[in-house]
Amino acid sequence: MSEDPRGSFEGKHEFTVIGQPLPKIDAWAKVIGETKYADDLFLPRMAYGRLLRSPHGHARVGRVDTTRARALPGVYAVITGADLPRVRFGILPVSQDEEALCTEKVRMVGDAVAAVAAVDEETAERACRLIDVEYEPLPALMSIEESLAHPEVRIHEYGDGPNVHKNVSLQFGDIEAAFARADLVREDVFFFEGNTHLPMEQHAAVAAAGPDGKLTLWSSTQTPHYVHRLLAKILETPAAHIRVVATPVGGGFGGKLDPFAHEIAACRLSQLTGRPVKIACTREEVFYIHRGRHPVLMWIKTGFTRDGDITGCHLRTWLDGGAYGSYGVASTFYTGVINPVTYKMPVYKFEGARIFTNKPPCGPKRGHGTPQPRFALECQLDKAAEQLGLDPAEMRKRILAEPFTKTANHLTVTTIGLGECIDRVVEASGWRTKWRGFRSEGASTAPSEPPPEPGRAGGARARTRRGIGIACSAYLTGAGTAVYWNNMPHSGVILRADRSGGVAVLCGATDIGQGSDSILAYLPAEILGIDPKDVHVHPADTSLTPVDLGSYSSRVTLMCGMAAIQASQRLREVIAQAVARKLEVEPGALAFRERKVGVAADWERAVPFAQAVELAETTHGVLAFAGSYAPPKRAGKYKGGGVGPSPCYSYSACVVELSVDEETGEIELHDVWIGHDLGRALNPLLAEGQIEGSVYMGIGEALMEGQIFRKGVHKNPSLLEYKSPTTLETPEIHTFLVETDDPEGPFGAKEAGQGPLLPVIPAIANAVYHAVGVRCDEVPITPEMILKGLELRRQGRPARVGPARIPVFTFKAPVVVESAFGQPADAIAVRPFQP
Amino acid sequence: MKARLSLTVNGEAHDVLVPVHKTLLEVLREDLGLTGTKHGCELGECGTCTVLVDGAPVLSCLALPVDLAGATITTVEGMAEGGRLHPLQQAFAELGAAQCGYCTPGILLTAQALLADRPSPTRQEIREALAGNLCRCTGYTKILDAVELAALRIGVPR
Ligand code: FES
Ligand code: FES
Repeated sequence: MSEDPRGSFEGKHEFTVIGQPLPKIDAWAKVIGETKYADDLFLPRMAYGRLLRSPHGHARVGRVDTTRARALPGVYAVITGADLPRVRFGILPVSQDEEALCTEKVRMVGDAVAAVAAVDEETAERACRLIDVEYEPLPALMSIEESLAHPEVRIHEYGDGPNVHKNVSLQFGDIEAAFARADLVREDVFFFEGNTHLPMEQHAAVAAAGPDGKLTLWSSTQTPHYVHRLLAKILETPAAHIRVVATPVGGGFGGKLDPFAHEIAACRLSQLTGRPVKIACTREEVFYIHRGRHPVLMWIKTGFTRDGDITGCHLRTWLDGGAYGSYGVASTFYTGVINPVTYKMPVYKFEGARIFTNKPPCGPKRGHGTPQPRFALECQLDKAAEQLGLDPAEMRKRILAEPFTKTANHLTVTTIGLGECIDRVVEASGWRTKWRGFRSEGASTAPSEPPPEPGRAGGARARTRRGIGIACSAYLTGAGTAVYWNNMPHSGVILRADRSGGVAVLCGATDIGQGSDSILAYLPAEILGIDPKDVHVHPADTSLTPVDLGSYSSRVTLMCGMAAIQASQRLREVIAQAVARKLEVEPGALAFRERKVGVAADWERAVPFAQAVELAETTHGVLAFAGSYAPPKRAGKYKGGGVGPSPCYSYSACVVELSVDEETGEIELHDVWIGHDLGRALNPLLAEGQIEGSVYMGIGEALMEGQIFRKGVHKNPSLLEYKSPTTLETPEIHTFLVETDDPEGPFGAKEAGQGPLLPVIPAIANAVYHAVGVRCDEVPITPEMILKGLELRRQGRPARVGPARIPVFTFKAPVVVESAFGQPADAIAVRPFQP
Repeated sequence: MKARLSLTVNGEAHDVLVPVHKTLLEVLREDLGLTGTKHGCELGECGTCTVLVDGAPVLSCLALPVDLAGATITTVEGMAEGGRLHPLQQAFAELGAAQCGYCTPGILLTAQALLADRPSPTRQEIREALAGNLCRCTGYTKILDAVELAALRIGVPR
């Protein structure tokens, strides 16, 4: 067997399944309404649960009296924290700070304190209102500044200081020397408002405890394995007696990655009532569950030569973490560590701090921690390009990182298709003429009376100006380390061939709409020469499927894909041996295609696949093969070096064209061009879908999505008040797939589901500047901000809208490490679990 | 207070005994087992729960069955005829217009009503018709493409 897990498939590009725009294997069930999401499960004798949530942002919990609730007819059980083992939990081992039902303190509006199971939802809801909770309110700290200003009010007792969850500082090379070498040094301050995932499916879970003490949980989760592990701890029930099934997820985007109160309460209520219990969260509750985009304040200082090269970069980030740890330690690192992957950045310093506040906890939303600094860096590049008199597209092309090298912070980068991404979007958008053309109309350079845009269909808007902007980005294809330390596979697949010629794939991966089930059918089908329809995928059931860590960090296609390839190759080898014996040829001479196995030159004698399986089963016994994958171990050898490494990075370039109405401040997007280096498109249709969805989500974050709190209360916890783009605000998206055939990925594939969100936000901000000369250093960019910028311009002041101050805060003394910039990449390591 | 009602859903008559304030969404999902109809808010804000009542899109989370005696209700389960998918369903599957698929039933039915009204809508008309249906996965691009393809196929039957 070949050393390279892609074995003999490398370089051979006549694929039959890979690269085809096939429908997803689950598309048919989805279009007829047959797919069963968690809330679609109805079990016999099932009870309905509700959670009672805190109306206070911060309070000590006193007596919880459930007497009246219990007395209500139709109520089966009422529980409080006292009915659960006294354990704290959290997704990261370093942040064990949550309780399913709070016993001592609530830390945000929406923290759960009690739960009810009843004959129906209405009764459960009514019972919740009959629970009497004594609260002793504490001051609610609603911003980074407030939390730092009030160390006497401690939200948590742990962390790196009063209300400081995490304080990190890393330095690679001599940053002051780097600035001294520069012709231009810019310092800018940016703010990125927090926003939420808003999956269309609200979280739901059904738990069924048996009289034998075993427990099954069906849940809309992206991480059944982590939920499984944590349930065992939280419920003090052996993990071997718990089964977690991830139902098809109706949108995740990172919002279904933690274990949640409703899942835990459903389990406990089921144990107590002896009935299956369903808890389906309301939309408002989903806003409290959150774990979304951190609001981040950023200060960024970068040195440039007059040609546009970066001499060094120093970034500081302050994250508003909300009430709990969640993935926040990782989020904090992610606001810093991915920046050096895109451009040549020989020296880098990063300081980050995550502050607790009494708001719903932030966590990993699509792009996890990286869209915020990406916004800062790409807007700053735009400003520097202008000062240096450079075309921002050309400047970026000049400073692209080198493939197969290391970054300043010791990350190994493999293939980089960003240059081609830039070329494609520059070409397609007509960048060169538009960038010069719109500008020569004087929109941003001559503030007095620039000519209005020529009349556009449907709008007699005289004061509308066009602009075009560009930005780039990079993102990881799977985190290099698991959330808990271990040396086991990150992903596993079992492949079973049966005599029908069908193949079953068992894998713990969770399809959240991205198409992981389909990928798990395509890869074996390609390798075994059968149709994806012949493959039956059984995902995400902890008692049936090998562990996959979950649908996060864009890891599934790569990691499950590599495991599936390994299992398929093992199966293929055994089948090949059996067929070779029959045909009296060498196994290596056999081709697998068209549901047959045979020698290409003598295809008439090829054996039908089902018969080939029979031959192999006759000699080998049952045909079940496992494949395992763990990413190469490339953690930087310094404290904190575990966050950032990934088998490979995807790259994106984005151009946005828009108009700004100078009277109303309204922005209308016309077109988005996005080029994305995804290594290889295993299915171009699905890849495009991921990219389009990412662009859309970036647009929402750039222009409208934001969580607003007033007096400790979430002001917009509904789909009406929390604005997100509809068909009318989403422009035409032109996608260009760039293939670099990365040696780390399955058939060369990298990620496509998160990275393309990143450049959209700064590209919009840069286009707004191009249109009206207003620098919006804060998102979402609202009409009020534009009008304020225009007013400043009229007054002859700098037309910049954004944060003015940074917090008074002392970062840790940095971990100082030599820059690894430009060193050759770590070898494509021989992975563990190789045959 | 409960009411005994007769509802015609996907061509079948159903007699149900339900509390008068129970929504059509709940009755479809809980009493008739038609879980193809989804919900994203239950407040009339997302379009996910859309069904057709006498051919017109209606938010089932706001509709009360007591008002619908004699009406003809279509859910996503009723779109395929005799095992043959509606051209919209076919096009949505082929073009990847359903990612997580959660918004799909509501969007399919809204689009069906549009095409019944305007057999060859412009892209802008499709955008306007679907403006009340949120989708968080697709960026709407493949959805618009799929409605266009279905319209084309309905116009020129294959
Ligand atoms: S569930 Fe009916 S509109 Fe959202
Ligand atoms: S496909 Fe997921 S919400 Fe539309």
